[in-house]
Amino acid sequence: MEDVVVEEAEVSGAAEFAPALVAAHPLGHSVAVAVGPELRVFDLKGGCAVSMSDDSGGSSHSDAIRAISFSADGILLASAGDDKLVKIWKTDSWRCIRTITSEKRVSAVAISKDGLYVTFADKFGVIWLVTLGEDGEGQVSADNKPVSIFGHYCSIITSMKFSPDGRFIATADRDFKIRVTVFPKNPLKGAPEIQSFCLGHTEFVSCIAFTHLSGGSSFLLSGGGDSTVRLWDYINGCLLDTCHVKGKVGELAEPNETEDSNLAVADICLTNDGLLAAVAIQSLNGVMLLGCDHVDKKLSFLKVITMENSYIPTSLASSSSADLLWTVMGASNMPNQAASQLLTRVRIIPRFKKDLLASSDHSPAILEDSEVPYGEKLLLALQGSLDISKQEEVLASVLAALKVSMHKMLVKKNYSEERREQRKRGRNDKKIKK
Amino acid sequence: MTRTNGASGGGGGQQAAGKLPRKRFYRARAHSNPLSDSHFPIPISPDDVELSQHYPRYFPADKDEHGDGEVAAPRIRFADVGCGFGGLLVGLSPIFPDKLMIGMELRDKVTEYVKERVLALRASNPGQYDNISVVRTNSMKYIPNYFRKAQLSKMFFLFPDPHFKEKNHRRRVISMQLLDEYAYVMEVGGIIYTITDVEELGIWMRSCLEKHSLFEAVPDEEIKVDPVVKLLSTATEEGQKVARNGGQTFQAIFRRISLQEE
Repeated sequence: MEDVVVEEAEVSGAAEFAPALVAAHPLGHSVAVAVGPELRVFDLKGGCAVSMSDDSGGSSHSDAIRAISFSADGILLASAGDDKLVKIWKTDSWRCIRTITSEKRVSAVAISKDGLYVTFADKFGVIWLVTLGEDGEGQVSADNKPVSIFGHYCSIITSMKFSPDGRFIATADRDFKIRVTVFPKNPLKGAPEIQSFCLGHTEFVSCIAFTHLSGGSSFLLSGGGDSTVRLWDYINGCLLDTCHVKGKVGELAEPNETEDSNLAVADICLTNDGLLAAVAIQSLNGVMLLGCDHVDKKLSFLKVITMENSYIPTSLASSSSADLLWTVMGASNMPNQAASQLLTRVRIIPRFKKDLLASSDHSPAILEDSEVPYGEKLLLALQGSLDISKQEEVLASVLAALKVSMHKMLVKKNYSEERREQRKRGRNDKKIKK
Repeated sequence: MTRTNGASGGGGGQQAAGKLPRKRFYRARAHSNPLSDSHFPIPISPDDVELSQHYPRYFPADKDEHGDGEVAAPRIRFADVGCGFGGLLVGLSPIFPDKLMIGMELRDKVTEYVKERVLALRASNPGQYDNISVVRTNSMKYIPNYFRKAQLSKMFFLFPDPHFKEKNHRRRVISMQLLDEYAYVMEVGGIIYTITDVEELGIWMRSCLEKHSLFEAVPDEEIKVDPVVKLLSTATEEGQKVARNGGQTFQAIFRRISLQEE
């Protein structure tokens, strides 16, 4: 009985770390970084840090932001997280036009392709929907409460994306599942029709990404705690190909990292044409590039762009207009750090398109800080500090803690046979007759 | 842990073949937590369900897996969710001898009992009861891992746990959320049968099904002639108990329909 108590205390007492996130405006107008409760936006057209204003009447983020997402047209940005708030920002004025309060912590957020609805998933696996329909002033009627449209039974939703044609909404969870749901014309009545389940991951699914439409069809990529990236025909729920990233990383990772049983995929970002996928992997200092063949329906390992030893990206983003791959590293709740000092590191890979491979041998694959658009101004705005390199050790320890925290949240507890028997014996409502 | 989710997986093993197991050796808690993480093996996808373990007569071991028979390979068509001691399966088996059916049960001892019961019935009635089996699983979490889209023609939810407290309503096996998944694994025209002796739960299950756009009520005249309906209240141990005590039952029988876009 004793160690049961210990174990439970361990779980609830563990500090929860949230990875730093990055999102790029689809037209390249701006880039947003979320770390802890902070949302930092840099205006790439005006070349200045954005100061956000909030006239929605709601409170501002007070706990880790877990998800940020631009609408397809770039007019809106949604942010949501552990403080149970979902905030909708207008990207022209960077005003918060709406603050929605969730009953539970929010783990994923997405805006429908037509920009009319925002969906968010709570930590119990329920997906909620709110209408963003607005009158002339961009104001929304007050009685517009979230409605639940479907759910994954008692699971944590890790990622939620709309298909490029807006017909489907895909949700990934910690129970190895990806559900593809028909997004109906009137979603306020719920989304009961399941198009498919994409089943094949043998651990939690951490991220999903749709390729853009090409020739009328698109594909879904997913990454998971089982160190795989998978390619799906999501209409039929068919697994087309699996790429085991672990073997590819094995040679490159630090020697002390190889003891990891699994290298979880942290994020996937696709080029606009969907032919190239950038993959962030826990413990990999760099980004892995995979080719995505839409004709043969195959994934192929291309190369790893290695970064400095301590730089392990937690999130990736790119916009369809510019060929920049934004990578960010960091986490909330840094130990021994004041809240005002939430450090992140931003690095940019230029020419994020298919010919990246051809040219990369001749020129550096990663922009130096001086080569970054708007240079120090941008870095100061998004990183919070310029001399992050001096903080490498802090960042490294944060990432280690983040990994443990993710693992605790998403990986199923595995009790040994003896432990299970022991727990059973501790039960006082069963008579043993053996 | 080895996979023991097939009916041939053995179990208590103390009784001779053909002899029915005795329930007193398989006592279990009446309730099990559907929210807890499961430690028993779950098939990654429906392709991994080991049918040959469950229905050896339909999937003889000597037949090659990548064989030619794949086209005609039968699939599980009925699912009894929360099958308990398996009374319904045993009742259904002779009525639909060509349909594969599976009971899904969360409590390990009860699952063991049903396994033994099926093996004993097969041994004492050669050629019968080959179409029923049981699997230990949490059907509230893993239905899509067992069945493909539109695979099932009947689903049964007999005397499920009522979970009276409002905070536990999300543990009920019929809910708007879970009906999405049941609708997914059921073919259009398939029928979902629910019955309970708890009026409150009966109203709940009926209202969930009525609200759900992928189900419609089966008309009374059809219910009257459906040979399955009589079994709902008579075949299971729970049903017999209710009948013994002269209790009332509440059933809701609905058909899977395709979505009507207005």
